[in-house]
Amino acid sequence: MSKMNLKVNGKKYEVDLDPATPVLWVLRDHLNLIGTKFGCGVGACGACTIHLNGRALKSCQLPLSAVGVQEITTIEGIVAEVGTMHPVQKAWLELDVAQCGYCQTGQIMAAVSLLKTKPNPTDDEIDAAMTGNLCRCGTYVRIKAAIHQAAKSTTK
Amino acid sequence: MEKIKENYSRRSFLKVSTLTGGGMMIGFNVLANLIPNEALASKAPVQDWIELNGFIKITPDNQIKIFCPNPEFGTNVMTSLPMMIAEELEVDFSKVIVEMGDFDTPRFKSQFTGGSMGMKNAWMPLRTAGATAREMLKQAAANEWNVPVTELTASKGLVSHQGSNKTATYGALATAASKLTKPEKVNLKKTSEFTLIGTPQKNKVGKNIVAGDSLFTMDYKHEGMLIAMTIHPPAFGMTLKSFDATEALKMPGIKNVFDIQVYKDDYERGGFDTRAFNKLIAVVGNSTWEVMNARKKVVAQWVPIETTKEMVAAWGRKKEEITPAGLESTVDHMKQMSEMQGKPGKILRKDGDPEAAFSKAKKILERTYSAPFLAHNPMEPISCFAHITDEKAFFVAPIQIPEMIKQNIIKNLDIPADKLEMKLARMGGGFGRRAYGHYIVEAGHISKKAKAPIKLIYSREDDLTNGIYRPTYMVSFKAAIDENNKVTAIHVKGGGMPEGAVHENRFPAGAFENYIAEGWEIPSNITIGAFRAPGSNFIASAEQSFIDELAETIGKDPIDYRIELLKKAKANPVGKNNEYDADRYIGVLELVKEKSNWVSKNNKNAHRGVAAYFCHNSYAAHVVDIIMRNGQPYVENVVTAMDCGFVVNPEGAKNMVEGAVIDGIGNALYGGLRIEKGSPVQKNLNQYRIIRHKEAPKKIDVHFVKNSIDPTGLGEPPFPPVFAAVANALYKVTGKRFYNQPFINDMPKS
Repeated sequence: MSKMNLKVNGKKYEVDLDPATPVLWVLRDHLNLIGTKFGCGVGACGACTIHLNGRALKSCQLPLSAVGVQEITTIEGIVAEVGTMHPVQKAWLELDVAQCGYCQTGQIMAAVSLLKTKPNPTDDEIDAAMTGNLCRCGTYVRIKAAIHQAAKSTTK
Repeated sequence: MEKIKENYSRRSFLKVSTLTGGGMMIGFNVLANLIPNEALASKAPVQDWIELNGFIKITPDNQIKIFCPNPEFGTNVMTSLPMMIAEELEVDFSKVIVEMGDFDTPRFKSQFTGGSMGMKNAWMPLRTAGATAREMLKQAAANEWNVPVTELTASKGLVSHQGSNKTATYGALATAASKLTKPEKVNLKKTSEFTLIGTPQKNKVGKNIVAGDSLFTMDYKHEGMLIAMTIHPPAFGMTLKSFDATEALKMPGIKNVFDIQVYKDDYERGGFDTRAFNKLIAVVGNSTWEVMNARKKVVAQWVPIETTKEMVAAWGRKKEEITPAGLESTVDHMKQMSEMQGKPGKILRKDGDPEAAFSKAKKILERTYSAPFLAHNPMEPISCFAHITDEKAFFVAPIQIPEMIKQNIIKNLDIPADKLEMKLARMGGGFGRRAYGHYIVEAGHISKKAKAPIKLIYSREDDLTNGIYRPTYMVSFKAAIDENNKVTAIHVKGGGMPEGAVHENRFPAGAFENYIAEGWEIPSNITIGAFRAPGSNFIASAEQSFIDELAETIGKDPIDYRIELLKKAKANPVGKNNEYDADRYIGVLELVKEKSNWVSKNNKNAHRGVAAYFCHNSYAAHVVDIIMRNGQPYVENVVTAMDCGFVVNPEGAKNMVEGAVIDGIGNALYGGLRIEKGSPVQKNLNQYRIIRHKEAPKKIDVHFVKNSIDPTGLGEPPFPPVFAAVANALYKVTGKRFYNQPFINDMPKS
């Protein structure tokens, strides 16, 4: 156990945990930020995608000890105000993307990160950025369309 | 610097009680957790809801809540089923609050998500429930205003009387209405009168999904809740002998390590009670990471099982199930199945004189098809919350078949039926896997022994290696062709481990004078169960690949040949019990032909494959286009035609079909679980291949046959024919026929 400070969604937290604990479980079990989902634990499915300093990353592969002063953003923190929606979330709703919905927060986190670096991504760029995020229900076609729609709505 | 406990203002339903070494304890309002959806945001206190019937509650200020009886695992029943009620109830659907019903089958009559039966089974009862409530509200207004009920109209949550210009909200009438006798008979709308059903409606839970709200069992928390994980044998054919938990118990945060027996020795299993391992070690502790680490320190001794025989009750009959001893392997499975193909099987159906036709044949086309075990891999690994006390047994469970799990829970956990309470959480996928609720019983045992509320979590490795797979299969099709290039007989023969593969009464049965179907089964200790379109997903692939090759052999267009056979089966059906409606089958083929601009002549169809199938009450046909991309096959475009009767929610329906198509492409090309020494080789998602973004088609064009037939399901029917459409297109691209799944393993080396 060791005491560590974390900055998640703009707020500071102090935790006292095994430094090897993956950030996924710190968020889910200890900070109650359950929007970040557990899917595989080996970085192969992307359900646990968060942002570290704004870049998408699989939180099951990130030990608490490696975070340091870097800022974590989760699905709960992609909008500044409670009750508002990120353009990517809005696009997801407009295109009715979700089926079971379990992977979608991870997909959204990957998409938000992609649009930061590539505001108007091509299909190939979407494939490259999103292929680490599995959807067992097979909503890929809608996810791609939603990313294009979000790109359009933000670059207007 | 803020401390953790001050950071919870965002979620007002949380209260932080204490700060502990590992983080904090959080007190939850159990009702507020697992937010069904807008219910939480609703202003009305719980006691103000007036119940009109099991499906409908209304507040005095006219908030309307509709309960979804069937568990949700992604087929969007939480939107489409309430639509049926709302249509007849006459309310503004955009304002309706939808909530998942709890486990209460007497109240809902049926609670079952599987077999693509949700729409079909709900169609009459749910519309009737809506109409009944509407009539009671109108009657309450008629009584109040002293006017005949026939003069009243109901619309958008209001009852109006034109003559006197009076109106009242449903909310104002609800209390009086709830006291009235339920009308015996109500009139239901004709399909032409629908204003909601048949219009595209977005997912009622969509906002909660994209926000990452607590919807799933994995997300559930409870005051004092501990995390539990289990350890199962490393291979099928092994069982627990003993274990040493000394080191595990020294690990931080660990409360208990003990073994459990899931089902009692004398428990007679039902069809959905399959479980791979009956003795498990449970590790219980404060947090997931601590339990995961401690689990590695448990030293267990495993011993081989002996062959057992057990009577299993399924679908109203009892069947002997053999669990053979030994460590099985895919290599041996293939050998065993090939051997069975060489021996006479059980004759399932015979029309005419197939032997004579084959002996007279000028040419015989015979092809053998095989497929491996498939793992469901729902994105949310298996989980269940259980809190068993003397007062009650409370579960939060992801379960597809609540109506069929009760006896299992009651008998194996010694819980009186009236103390059983279960919340049905949204499932992070199911595909059949969550029809087997052994994990509910496991969670119950662990809560009982640990004397604590626990959440049982399977790791992905547990999920993948703890059984319940799509069976492995082998089937051969054989056609007798005469000197006029006419097909005179069909012979289908095959089986699987441990379940058969042949549906003797399905197409092409009925289209050939001489037809024979044979089947066999081989026992296996690899546990299997329903997997999206169970019993159909493989045979469809074999049959529709064979029909394609047969059409080519006799020089016919694959779509035209199918239609020709179906027309023949319609005009002069051979034999009895043919399980399909030839007209509807032809309908999807003609629609897919038109919408895909299928061209029979010249070389326009160079990269295209077609297949069609009927199962689970709906008809599907696909045309897929494949290109080679970086030396790999890529399904670029898909055109689909479906006949599932009247389409209730076109938006959700399209999404379902797209998903089934992508799932089909993925499993056809990549899916497969290999067994070596009794153990699955692929243990996580970095080894078990699931279709990914870059492998999904650019476009899936879904078309529905327009008709007013009562709706049937879509979760399964589009899935089986995808495999053959892919195989048939791959042939066009590579010049090679594909017989063994996953097809990627058989790609020609370039």
